[in-house]
Parts: sequence; structure tokens; C-alpha cells
Amino acid sequence: MKAAVLVFPGINRERDMARTLRLVSGREPAMVWHADTELPQGTDLVVIPGGFSYGDYLRCGAIAARSAIMNAVRAHAARDGLVLGVCNGFQILCEAGLLPGVLMRNSQLKFICHDVYLRVERSDTPFTCGYNAGQVIRVPVAHGEGNYIADGETVARLEGEGRVLFRYAAPDGMIDPNWNHNGAMNAIAGILSDAGNVLGMMPHPENHVEESMGPTDGRGLFAGLVQHLAA
Amino acid sequence: MKARVTVTLKTGVLDPQGKAIEGALRSLGIQGVASVRQGKVFDIEIDGVGDRGKAEELLKQAADRLLANTVIENYHVDVIG
Repeated sequence: MKAAVLVFPGINRERDMARTLRLVSGREPAMVWHADTELPQGTDLVVIPGGFSYGDYLRCGAIAARSAIMNAVRAHAARDGLVLGVCNGFQILCEAGLLPGVLMRNSQLKFICHDVYLRVERSDTPFTCGYNAGQVIRVPVAHGEGNYIADGETVARLEGEGRVLFRYAAPDGMIDPNWNHNGAMNAIAGILSDAGNVLGMMPHPENHVEESMGPTDGRGLFAGLVQHLAA
Repeated sequence: MKARVTVTLKTGVLDPQGKAIEGALRSLGIQGVASVRQGKVFDIEIDGVGDRGKAEELLKQAADRLLANTVIENYHVDVIG
């Protein structure tokens, strides 16, 4: 798997992401600066990591979404290339118009930084083929603006087309407002683009892949991607 | 030319920041505040654009492409002169 990790000023999770990609795929990802206009030849997967690009000025992800490299990411996505955005990366993908909707301020107004449980809704996508449908995974979140909203028509389309891949859930997989930490509509934690090749998610699967860090539930996402690309 | 672009949240979009400000105003004892919605104001100087119509056009483009996220926000353009 040839991965490229985008680097914007203010991003701070790019090294965690690069470490995970190297550990799981056995291959060092390319680090690509926001002012670059091209992705490395043969890139299979573009990853937009978490952090606070441009200090969250204007709106989270708004400035990064308009940077030079994003034109190359758009072209990559249009060629059916895989794109994964985590946390600020999800916000950037929404601002860039590659995914619908917006990540608003958490409904309880607090920055949340702890483990959450996610229900994996489908296993037949490049991003979730390492999991079983209905499986519950434990991964961390760290965000102040993760409250997913979109207009009713968009949410109905996302649901109807099975494009909600991850939902905040109780440890037993039940969807419960008490476990929907940021107040996201329909407890949405991660969504897929209409073509199925772009995933945005608020939680950080890249931080739960090594036993020394606790659970390794995040590994399935990356192992699934490697397996999908090798097939 | 001076201009002002005002960006506000669309009706129905939850505004937790506005709610928090509303609560703080109440706790200060300021009476009669029914609700607060928070927005943004951009004061912009325009250079090298002759007429007002062109300036408005340019500002609308700026708002559509960057200043506002039209999924959740409305904007209003004022060319002050």
C-alpha cells in the first residue's frame, strides 16, 4: 500500500498516522506538504490526519480545504483513489466538498478526549473489510467540533445508501444518546462518499493499533485497506 | 472601497456558542434577552475594482468560496463606499 499523509501547518497527528501506516502496511508513507501540487506517483491512499490546521481559523478545516494539494486530492478521488480523513481530516474533507455536511461544536460545548465505542455498520467497504458488520470497536476521540450535521435530505441519503460506516454506540453496540458524546445527528462518527472511496471519521483508529497503547481495535481499518489493495 | 461581509448561521442550525452567550447574559442579570445567535463580520478593503457592482460580485465569490459555509451559514454583502 502506497500511502501519502498530508501535512498542513497546525496538524499534529501526522506522525501517529505515519507510524500506524508503517506498522500495519510495512511501508513508509510519503509525507506531502500542503503547498505541493502533486501526490507521489502511484499513491493508493491519501490520509488527512488530525490536528488543528491553521489553528482552526475561520472554521475547522476551512483554510486547509482550499490549499494547493487539495486539487490533487480531488483528482485522486475522482480517479477512484482512496482517501481517509481523521478528525481535522474529516473536517477538511467536508469543507473541501468531498464529503457532505459539517462538523459543528460538540453539543455539550466541551472538548472531548477519551475512548469511545463505535459500531461498524458495514464490512463490505475498503475501509471496513477488516471488521464484521455490527462489530463494536473501542478507539479514542479528541475533538471540540465533531458534532456531525447535514440537512435532512442529505442524512436520509447517507442512511439510505448505507454510507454511515461508524456510529457512536454503547459498549454492547446499542445506539444511545448517552454514548453519543458530541451530539452528532444519528450518532454519526464516520461517513463514506457517494462513490465509496472517501471516508471521513472523527475518532482516531491510528492510536489503537499497538498492544503497548491498550486496545488494538483500530488496526482492522488499516489491515483492511492493505488487504483490499492487495486483492 | 470598504465593504463588510456578515456571516450568520441559518435558521434551525443549532448554535451552542450562541446558547452559552445567552446563558452568560442571563447570569449577568441583563433582562429581556430572548435568544442569541453568534455570527462573524469581515471588514474588507477593496482595491483596483472600479464599480460597486463588480465589488459586490467579488465579495459574493469570496463568501461563497471561503468566508461562509453555505451548508449552515447565510451571508450578506455591504459595499460601504
